[in-house]
Amino acid sequence: MLRSDPLASSTPLDECLGESSLANKALDAISPSRHRLSMNSQPSKPSKPRVLACGDTALAVEFGTNMEADSNRRVFALDRALKNMPVEGITETVPTYRSLLIHYDPLRLGFSELSDRLLALLDRPDTTERPSRHWRVPVAYGGAFGLDLDAVAKAHGMSPDELIRRHSAPRYEVAMIGFTPGFSYLRGLDSAIATPRRPQPRMSTPAGTISIGGVQAALQCLAGPSGWHLLGRTPVRTFDPRRDPVFLIEPGDTVTFTQIGPVEFERLERLAERGEAVAELTT
Amino acid sequence: MSVLEVIAAGPLTSVQDIGRFGAQRYGLTPSGAMDRLSLTAANALVGHPLSAPAIEIGPIKAVFVARGGPLCAALTGALRFARIGDKPCPLYRTFMLRDGETLTLDAARKGMFSYLAIAGELKGEAMFGSFSVNARAGLGSPYPRPLQSGDRLTYGNVASLPDRTMPPPVFGEGAIRVVPGPQYDEFGKSTELFFNSPWQISPASDRMGYRLEGPSLTHAGNFNIVSDGTVDGSIQVAGGQPIVLMKDRGTTGGYPKIATIISADLGRFAQTRPRHTLRFAEIDVAAAQQEARAFHTLLQSLPERIRNA
Repeated sequence: MLRSDPLASSTPLDECLGESSLANKALDAISPSRHRLSMNSQPSKPSKPRVLACGDTALAVEFGTNMEADSNRRVFALDRALKNMPVEGITETVPTYRSLLIHYDPLRLGFSELSDRLLALLDRPDTTERPSRHWRVPVAYGGAFGLDLDAVAKAHGMSPDELIRRHSAPRYEVAMIGFTPGFSYLRGLDSAIATPRRPQPRMSTPAGTISIGGVQAALQCLAGPSGWHLLGRTPVRTFDPRRDPVFLIEPGDTVTFTQIGPVEFERLERLAERGEAVAELTT
Repeated sequence: MSVLEVIAAGPLTSVQDIGRFGAQRYGLTPSGAMDRLSLTAANALVGHPLSAPAIEIGPIKAVFVARGGPLCAALTGALRFARIGDKPCPLYRTFMLRDGETLTLDAARKGMFSYLAIAGELKGEAMFGSFSVNARAGLGSPYPRPLQSGDRLTYGNVASLPDRTMPPPVFGEGAIRVVPGPQYDEFGKSTELFFNSPWQISPASDRMGYRLEGPSLTHAGNFNIVSDGTVDGSIQVAGGQPIVLMKDRGTTGGYPKIATIISADLGRFAQTRPRHTLRFAEIDVAAAQQEARAFHTLLQSLPERIRNA
């Protein structure tokens, strides 16, 4: 029988599909074992990109199979090149850690034609300018805002304050936005606080959750399931359909976190409710 | 102005058009009708643009009533008994629902989704150019969620239509065609198992994904990859079992994808019922793109198939 829940399509992935590990995995870009591999291995020479068919309406240009920064930067370079010199028939692009997914209209553009044009484009040096958009994102850490802060600190043998300091120190790069609207995967976590994801994912985590899983950090917008460790919450809404702009953060932007207290969180949340960004943008 | 009020709607019933595009890079999935061909047929019958919103109705019994005036409509898609009051309601033929009359759709007998198009302008607000419901993102109009008992859909410029009919467009038959990849190479001998085995759609399926039941597949990386982008029809394999990503999929995922259902076959696959057995057949990209062009021609030709009843 089909599910009789009238809100079936509003429930998180795991519940809809009846397997809790799915949401965990969907939120986790990489397995714990690969975390270690990618953390310990030396950066390799840039490999030749591969063009992979994703059905008849999309293809992926893959620069690598791991989470190295170099692959991610090449993804953004190609994305910028296509923005500067649009190819007729490409409908949208989705940058991810190590590949650029290109959606296109097969009525206007064939797979081999597009592949050839992309490979020619990749042979040219990257002359595009890297935009430097940086966001300062306020975060209330610990307590009800970050249920796992104390446990993660303890697991690493450090104080909660030290964990907060290490989490809010790096300038993170938004490696990709995916899974749900505004869910930003951040590269640049201090390896001293990298933490394998929870064995049991939570069915629900609040909007604005700031979390870490493996070697990654995340800034999530909507409430949803998560198998990552919850360190805090931000009042910032990276996605708000009633606001202009609807999406605040772009893939490739950089992010730092600034600690705020509960009172400031409440104040900023009220402003965010009214459509204010409450994150500070610098360029 | 007339209103269509929802008396009862099972799950999987929501307003859908062809979806919203351009924001997948921000994690916003396109959504849109699970069966584009049947949506197009319904729109053609009531004289709407072929990409206009209609009510996508899941396989469970649904009841609607007209309020404030008559509505002209057409019903396409899944094979099921439908009634206006206690008189049979034809499929693929325009009909009128008078003020106070009920439209009852019994449970689907073949197929999963019906499309109810009402002649007139559905009141609401498009978001990213679309009325399609994406409940997780809180998008969709007039309700940003599946329809529930008591919901009221208001239509302006309600048109009166002549009695018109269309021969139901015939879906292809046989195996569902797929293009291998993007992680096909990582499945080794399991690719043979994938193509040579019968698969059943699990009842634990919805607009996000259809789970497949069959032999267990193996993957060189134990089903882990660094997340990459997904498309409608991506067949990802998690823990040995394939899941076909459908219209409300996540835009990225961390499971390997063995193949992708071609766009021309995705609606037919979406209409396949749980417990039904199906097979997959390999096709190359060039051939799949020819099928996409033929499918587009079929969609565009639907208005020409309409005849006065």
